Amino acid sequence: MGQTLFDKIWDAHIVNRSEGFPDVLYIDTHFIHEVTSPQAFDGLRVRGIPVFRPKQTVATADHNVPTIHQDQPIREELSRKQVDMLTKNCAEFGVELYGLGHPYQGIVHVIGPELGITIPGKTIVCGDSHTSTHGAFGTIAFGIGTSQVEQVLATQCLLQSKPKRMKIEVNGKLPFGVGAKDIILYIISKISAAGGTGYFVEYAGDTIRGLSMEGRMTICNMSIEMGARGGMIAPDQTTFDYVKDKEFAPKGEAWDKALAWWKTLYSDKDAVFDEVLYFNAADIEPMITYGTNPGMGIGITQNIPAKEALEQHEQNSYQKALDYMALQDNTEILGKPIDYVFIGSCTNSRIEDLRQVAEFVKGRHKAPHVTAWIVPGSKQVQLQAIAEGLDKVFESAGFFLREPGCSACLGMNEDKIPAGKYCVSTSNRNFEGRQGPNARTFLASPLTAAAAAVTGRVTDVREMLSEPEFVEF
Amino acid sequence: MSTKIFKHIQSSVVPLQVENIDTDQIIPARFLKATTREGFGQNLFCDWRFDINGQPKQEFILNNPLYSGKILVAGKNFGCGSSREHAAWAIADYGFDVVVSSFFADIFKGNALNNGLLPVQVSDYFLDRIFTEVAKDRHTEVEVDLEQQFIKICSTGEQENFEINPYKKACLLNGYDDIDYVLNNKDWIETYERSKVI
Ligand code: SF4
Repeated sequence: MGQTLFDKIWDAHIVNRSEGFPDVLYIDTHFIHEVTSPQAFDGLRVRGIPVFRPKQTVATADHNVPTIHQDQPIREELSRKQVDMLTKNCAEFGVELYGLGHPYQGIVHVIGPELGITIPGKTIVCGDSHTSTHGAFGTIAFGIGTSQVEQVLATQCLLQSKPKRMKIEVNGKLPFGVGAKDIILYIISKISAAGGTGYFVEYAGDTIRGLSMEGRMTICNMSIEMGARGGMIAPDQTTFDYVKDKEFAPKGEAWDKALAWWKTLYSDKDAVFDEVLYFNAADIEPMITYGTNPGMGIGITQNIPAKEALEQHEQNSYQKALDYMALQDNTEILGKPIDYVFIGSCTNSRIEDLRQVAEFVKGRHKAPHVTAWIVPGSKQVQLQAIAEGLDKVFESAGFFLREPGCSACLGMNEDKIPAGKYCVSTSNRNFEGRQGPNARTFLASPLTAAAAAVTGRVTDVREMLSEPEFVEF
Repeated sequence: MSTKIFKHIQSSVVPLQVENIDTDQIIPARFLKATTREGFGQNLFCDWRFDINGQPKQEFILNNPLYSGKILVAGKNFGCGSSREHAAWAIADYGFDVVVSSFFADIFKGNALNNGLLPVQVSDYFLDRIFTEVAKDRHTEVEVDLEQQFIKICSTGEQENFEINPYKKACLLNGYDDIDYVLNNKDWIETYERSKVI
């Protein structure tokens, strides 16, 4: 029987398999950030042990950093303390840190791929659920808790039971105006925020194959929003071209050797999955969420679902979500006035996202009452955007290009959406309070977010696009 | 280093009948700035428990003095979202030993187990039975036995078995953790590293 992509990589990383125990899985690369690592380093101190393989851990500061005046000390005391603690821990335990001010600093899931640290065939973990992003390169990448961060620091291994395997195939040509973010919001809306729980997902099909690495990262990023442990895509020429010549990617002979292995990383034709789902790209329209979990999404021209259409036991939670959002069931979402637009987060803050938004807003201007933030995913993305003159385009359109970080994706740093305000956000979570206490989030693609900024309302971006203007990725 | 030992409990419960409770609700991001594991309990469910002036919201179950106990019973898909272990720390720190739901998110389940907090997954039917009995009588007690892997509504005698990974069960019963296990077998790792092709 053939093997799945997942099995091939998993089996190549088994350090020990004993009856009655979870597998001991070797971790190639461990990313850490300031929020979920301090207690793990403390644990090492209590045990009196070092970091076992310090060169395989890479640190950055992203969640707590301000996105303006990064050259100045962080004003908020607790945030500053946490970032300082990371610096201290990395120095003490010999871990490389791309902290504030470093040219490689950025959101952990943006910098790994852009530096060539994320390459096919690896096992990658991080104390952060969106570690699934790295699966776009054909890696097994997943989020872990702080006790497990400590475990990887201590042993470079994790105890893991093998999850079930799911394949999600998307085939067909994407309609005009629809991109990777719409695909994943669509899938989650169909299978729910818990539909992938217990599974590791492989995305396949010609629509997925046709996506750029950035689009693939957007898809894998949100695997966790359907409850899956992670998502992955078999590496192909698109992957190899992206990885080649990146800073830390293998070079010369090492590259040839790696490439030969990477080319074997796909699910065999006769591989068996525990579950297979099929979607048709032609059915997808620009998506937007209306509720308080990422599964509560609809095509932008559709109505918010009627409460009666739901099962009795779901109605309470559903009403609670609509009350929080101050929305009515069975009404249109199009035309709903909004206050903020946030383009950023590890889902959509790469240079391609910024280029696409710049292309769209060129010659347009944001609505007067809207605050529009663009937050690059990394220092490299920011500098690239400036080098290409995108900052000027944003500025004349009334958008503010900030400095890199997680920003308004989570209400932890200074960038919060005020209570009661509506934000169209390219991030990945619309939970209550996610963008700040009582903030209301509509998740959407960068194009849909940009269109909302321009009109000041939830807008069908297709009505503002001429076909050639749309760059698909 | 040992974790908390868990074997058996009988207690009244706190019923939180909401589905898809994500870890941002359990402990909002702005409270993740602490660099130790302690004290998260005071901010458990903060935005549901307190209004913007920090006053307790009377309608929220944790603020209702009539309900107490060491078992939290919650709606389906508990602990989804962020991987923050702070969510498990907050629940344990508040004083719960067990969380019962008809479905748990994977990462939360792992985090709970690593902190001596037992996630007990029951059927939708059984979950509904607990909610119904507690609604009838708030003193309803529930018994959870890890050794025998059962959960029981004491007043009616209804019970259900629950699943747990045998290794994790042994960890909880004996209070040891994953790191001890792997550190004691370091030679495995070194052998693996030597044999690694790429
Ligand atoms: S951008 Fe948002 S989702 Fe991504 S790592 Fe940062 S906080 Fe998490």
